[in-house]
Amino acid sequence: MSEQKLQSQTVQTTGHAWDGDLQEYNNPLPVWWVYTFYVTVVFALVYWTIYPSWPFGKGWIGGLSNITYVNSNGETKTHSWNTRALLLEDMNRAAIAQKPYFDKVAAMSYAQVAKDPDMNGFILSAGKALFSDNCAPCHQAGGQGVVGFFPNLTDDDWLYGGSFDKIHETITGGRHGYMPTFSEVLSPEQIDQLANYVASLSGIGHDATRAAAGNALFHSETAACYYCHGADAKGRKEIGSANLTDNIWLWANVPAASSAEGKVAAIRSVIASGLNKGVMPAWAGRLSPEQIKVLTVYVHELGGGQ
Amino acid sequence: MNFNFKHEWIETNIGLLAVLTMLAISVGGLVEITPLFFIDKTIEKVDGVRPYTPLEQRGRDIYQREGCYLCHSQMIRPFRDEKLRYGHYSLAAESQYDHPFQWGSKRTGPDLARVGGKYSNEWHVQHLTAPRSMVPESVMPNYPWLKATPLDTSDIAERMKALRKVGVPYSLTDTEYKANVAKFGETVAKQLHIPNAQQSLIEQANFGNYDGDRSGISEMDALVAYLQVLGTMVDFGKYKDDAFVNDR
Repeated sequence: MSEQKLQSQTVQTTGHAWDGDLQEYNNPLPVWWVYTFYVTVVFALVYWTIYPSWPFGKGWIGGLSNITYVNSNGETKTHSWNTRALLLEDMNRAAIAQKPYFDKVAAMSYAQVAKDPDMNGFILSAGKALFSDNCAPCHQAGGQGVVGFFPNLTDDDWLYGGSFDKIHETITGGRHGYMPTFSEVLSPEQIDQLANYVASLSGIGHDATRAAAGNALFHSETAACYYCHGADAKGRKEIGSANLTDNIWLWANVPAASSAEGKVAAIRSVIASGLNKGVMPAWAGRLSPEQIKVLTVYVHELGGGQ
Repeated sequence: MNFNFKHEWIETNIGLLAVLTMLAISVGGLVEITPLFFIDKTIEKVDGVRPYTPLEQRGRDIYQREGCYLCHSQMIRPFRDEKLRYGHYSLAAESQYDHPFQWGSKRTGPDLARVGGKYSNEWHVQHLTAPRSMVPESVMPNYPWLKATPLDTSDIAERMKALRKVGVPYSLTDTEYKANVAKFGETVAKQLHIPNAQQSLIEQANFGNYDGDRSGISEMDALVAYLQVLGTMVDFGKYKDDAFVNDR
């Protein structure tokens, strides 16, 4: 009781009484709080003048702060502050830092870039970033590919060619693998013979009689495998047909099969169903010519470049 | 004294208190949202943006059903690192037909605003079925049922009618159809015509064969068709790099 009395004497009340004796203390805000509040008000006023803030008619007040950038036409422009102009300014700054390297890459031939130790470091770091962002989801972080889906870029077996120019062509325009469905034109027996023949080319366990029949079929007009894979079955890079003699497999998952029969079966299934996959998107619209050049050298230097 | 009287009146009148409270708290939203309806640069004027085709729209519904937005944003911000990784920053115009938009604010996985055309259909099918077979370090769940589940195409017209009510220009009448022909061209307008919806959905799915299986139309067909169109409608090659600076 005495405490309450003490408090009511020292702390001001609002001077209003409810139900006769109910009163409310009036505790003013601490001074530091009030002044902090005033400071935030001043901050807002300053912010409004510098940055875009208030809507006005069909537009808004841009603020006093300006950003100067150079656009893709080489024109220098000044615009009131916004994040899109800020991005261009930031891109300009980065471009200036990277320009000496990209200029050098653009001016040099592929072979020169690959041999220049200075450029090598740049290709390795810039190329790795580009490769990780754009290529690794399919070709994997190290370029090793996935059997049955995406080719290995680190070996010296290339479907479309492993020269700088061919790699550049592949990245720029993309690719689309195709092989007809042979289950519609050949009997299961014939497909098995062909599979045995293809297995024999890579020294995989096979039935010699069937392989001999497959050999004849391969070079006949009935199956006409040689049209695309060549009479020597080594593939034709201009159309991306596979070399069937090197025991390197992309579509038929031969390495995963443990038995010789399993390996032949894997080959058989590809001949039967054919392919309408192996699609690589074209990167010309997504990456700049300099980025594609860097990537070309990077992929070439993964180990398999020719 | 006058003030005291009024305040007491509000405090003792619950209906008035509710109305005035709502007015007071809506100010914060109104001052931010209302001007956007009057500023003529809110939605950039850009060519190519069209509503989703029936198949893409079904894919979008599956995208929402599976909760893809919980881990994937569709909003490339104007920062250098985002531009380098994902491409041109997202425009407001690009999500003008999205209801609701999928901008998101959480990126456990990468941004998908421009994933269209970046990977092959086959990659998407394999990756959605078993993500770690394509990206070993991925933490994305497997979605094996997408390829196994036939797509229900019967209710597509109803879905499009609902979207039409909130402003997506899917056409129901001849006049609306003609307006779409003028705006988007005949090929697109046909796909946006609700009476043809189911047929054009089936045509697109069969022609595109997105899931690599011609035996039927699966939910995978729809989802991949949707993913492959994301961010591809605007041809940024036609625009200077500062074409959209004045819009903000």
